[in-house]
Amino acid sequence: MNAELAIILIACLTAVACAIPGVFLVLRKMALISDAISHSILPGIVIGFFITEDLASPWLILLAAFSGIITVVLVEAIQKTGLVKEDTAIGLVFPALFSIGVLLIAIYANDIHLDTDAVLVGRLEYAAFDKLMIDHVSYGPKSMWTISITLVITLALLFAFYKELKLSTFDIGLSSALGFSPVILHYGLMSVASVTTVVSFDAVGAILVVALMIAPAAAAYLLTTDLKKMIVLSILFGIMSAIGGYYFAVWLDASISGSITTVLGLIFLLVYLFAPTKGLIAVLFRQKRQRTEVSLLTFLLHLNNHDSIEERRVAHLQEHINWGKVRAKTVLELAQKNNMITMQDEVVSLTNKGLKFTEKALDYIITNKDEQIEDMKDDFFLFRG
Amino acid sequence: MEQKIAVAVDDLTVAYNYKPVLWDIDLSIPEGVLMAIVGPNGAGKSTLIKSILGIIDPIAGSVAIYGKPYKKQRDKVAYVPQKGSVDWDFPTTALDVVMMGTYGALGWIKRPGAKQKKQALEALEKVGMLAFKGRQISQLSGGQQQRIFLARALVQNAAIYFMDEPFQGVDATTEIAIINILKELRKAGKTVIVVHHDLQTVPEYFDWVTFLNVKHIATGPVKDIFNDDNLTKTYGINYKVAVQK
Repeated sequence: MNAELAIILIACLTAVACAIPGVFLVLRKMALISDAISHSILPGIVIGFFITEDLASPWLILLAAFSGIITVVLVEAIQKTGLVKEDTAIGLVFPALFSIGVLLIAIYANDIHLDTDAVLVGRLEYAAFDKLMIDHVSYGPKSMWTISITLVITLALLFAFYKELKLSTFDIGLSSALGFSPVILHYGLMSVASVTTVVSFDAVGAILVVALMIAPAAAAYLLTTDLKKMIVLSILFGIMSAIGGYYFAVWLDASISGSITTVLGLIFLLVYLFAPTKGLIAVLFRQKRQRTEVSLLTFLLHLNNHDSIEERRVAHLQEHINWGKVRAKTVLELAQKNNMITMQDEVVSLTNKGLKFTEKALDYIITNKDEQIEDMKDDFFLFRG
Repeated sequence: MEQKIAVAVDDLTVAYNYKPVLWDIDLSIPEGVLMAIVGPNGAGKSTLIKSILGIIDPIAGSVAIYGKPYKKQRDKVAYVPQKGSVDWDFPTTALDVVMMGTYGALGWIKRPGAKQKKQALEALEKVGMLAFKGRQISQLSGGQQQRIFLARALVQNAAIYFMDEPFQGVDATTEIAIINILKELRKAGKTVIVVHHDLQTVPEYFDWVTFLNVKHIATGPVKDIFNDDNLTKTYGINYKVAVQK
């Protein structure tokens, strides 16, 4: 296998392995915990490296993942005292553990094949050349093996416990009452996140692994209202960023992991702007329409309340309801287009349809009953929660 | 008439950070009652339900569901948590939430199938929400969300239903719809236990009531014990304002 293909493959596998636990971390509002884990596994990696002298050793991976779990336990223990909030607890724990790791590297820097830069941003460039050798036969890059095994385990757990994970993420109380221990599921997820972080660490480093976990899920969250689709989309975004990031890096002649993260950021930005219903542009458009609709309703209610011709003159409307010319014109046009009003000699009157609509809307505003407006929801944003 | 005891709570004490929120509770709830748990804010009403369901570990005391520990009787109990306890922006649909009620009977790993989907659809129909089955849950009104939760409990097809403020944030129509379903459950011989806030509606909605304020004050038929004396013991002197409003 050539190096280029190996690097792309490692990047893709890493992205997929990170995206899956990432979805649940985002939905559990625990994005920051992944940041904490990614930093505090460092002392585990360093100590593991002293013992095994092999970054791909299963013992090192387990030891480092264990320090990730310790982070979670410590954060929860500090939080439980009630003296500080969760974010503060996270901010206290992971720098402490990370700094121990940094000190260990600094002290033993000469003996150890780890440097601080590699810890932060990884070294995907070299991962392809660190081959698994058994009896002088090469079995491909070591990281590809570790990340593949992790991914297979993650997928197996996801398929087995999808239902349980979904329930305990959505409704921890019911999960507990039905006998699906939220504690076991929580620590199961944390263990997967920790192991994934450790095996991704060598390739993408402590800071970028967080992006691989959180950004795909965050983007997918804006695009779908279905958990399964959210997982699939996250995986796709991860793969897109891995492949796109590699070629971006080749083009720029820059760090691959840095490029992958940049591409991820761009993907999120695009989704954030252009997502069909939750995107920024869609939201702004909806707000503008809502404003117009509120104006229209106000206008119709005014017509409904006042019979006299004086009150219904266009000029009077502009002055009386206190709208600028443009706004008044927009509203008048909208009302006319929907056959809710008729105009004669600059005097506005409600049509039957307009009258009906106004009464229905008024009724809704007063009684606040949902049933009556179900059929209006399709036409008007205003009545959607 | 000898009545079976559905829920028995014995010397139950629960504390948060060493501060007791429930203090030595003894309570037995007979089978087939529709019971309100009332008490002021912070009285421990939700905590009582949660500790009966094993969601919170008590520091002392025990709970029995039909004479056995809750862990052995999970299939006999359905639970409706407070609406505010979950994130309604979660990416899922009304039908999917109702299906969650079938998870308990399925147990670990097994996935819901056609049978579970049918049960969920029936429950949605019962609460008048069938038309909304595919809707994302954040697109439902507060009353509709509460109905979804109720449907999820109905799917559990339990003997005992615990509900934590099912009337919170729902309009009058939904409130009536919900209470009618609860009354139907009682007619079918089920035991229904509801954390309730509105004292005025207690005599109209419920046949039993428990007064709770950290300590257990009284439990019994509404017609016997829903009186000034117990209200005063539970709420202090201002209860009349609440009742006569």
